Amino acid sequence: MVDEDLVFKALADSSRRFLLDLLHKRDGQTLGELEWELEMTRFGVMKHLKVLEEAGLIVTRREGREKLHFLNAVPIRLIHDRWIDKYKERELSALADLKTTLEKTRCPPLRKRA
Amino acid sequence: MPPIAQASLRPEANSTTHIHQIYIKAEPGAIWDAITSPEWNGKYGYRGVSHYELKPGGKFKCIANEQMRSYGLPEVIVDGEVIEAKPPFKLVQTYRFLFNEDHKKEGFTRISFEIEETSGGFCRLTITHDTAGAPMMAAATQSNFSQEGGGGWDWILSDIKTLLETGKTMS
Repeated sequence: MVDEDLVFKALADSSRRFLLDLLHKRDGQTLGELEWELEMTRFGVMKHLKVLEEAGLIVTRREGREKLHFLNAVPIRLIHDRWIDKYKERELSALADLKTTLEKTRCPPLRKRA
Repeated sequence: MPPIAQASLRPEANSTTHIHQIYIKAEPGAIWDAITSPEWNGKYGYRGVSHYELKPGGKFKCIANEQMRSYGLPEVIVDGEVIEAKPPFKLVQTYRFLFNEDHKKEGFTRISFEIEETSGGFCRLTITHDTAGAPMMAAATQSNFSQEGGGGWDWILSDIKTLLETGKTMS
């Protein structure tokens, strides 16, 4: 059972949100591919991926010797349905506000390949 | 730092496979019925009623409801074939939208539904959808929070969970 607290905690970090963005752009990436995009040690990226996996925000699959990471947005959907749908009349403006806030505050780590 | 060759070895591999996973407090059989039984599968999500011949090679079709027909959609809006049916744990099928000629032309995609019992009376339901060759279907089924046409599998799974755990659905 995925705990809502784990989802909020997992999302409260810009590197982890950046990892989710990378998987949103292209699903099923390996640790090596994700590591390449972050200014961080392999161990650091692994730690972030573990937090995301425990929160149910990524699902991993083994393919041969490789472990692939897939974005699972369902926990975010559930939070949306639980916390935003509840305030139905505010839904549209709340989402718009959230989007604006996220866009303003999002600050992805530097890319190695920039 | 990994060598450049490593990153370029796998150009677009797996980018068309998408996974949607949810935990539901229900028996595997109830989740199986929610997906495969026409008595249940029209009560959540887009509310088309799906009919399955639950055997390899069996037919699958999803019938438009009155509202969808009023939008000008055809009677059968999704079709496909059952590849594997292991009630109440695993269903693999093909899946094609028939909304219009453009969707039809994209052809069949492949979906698996897996139901596993976990602890505390919960089951884990995992949908794996390979949308290779069907970018329009991918856009529709992977969309998050779009105001028009719902939110794809994530939204459907959230609605199944609500139906099975509370008996109610979101409207």
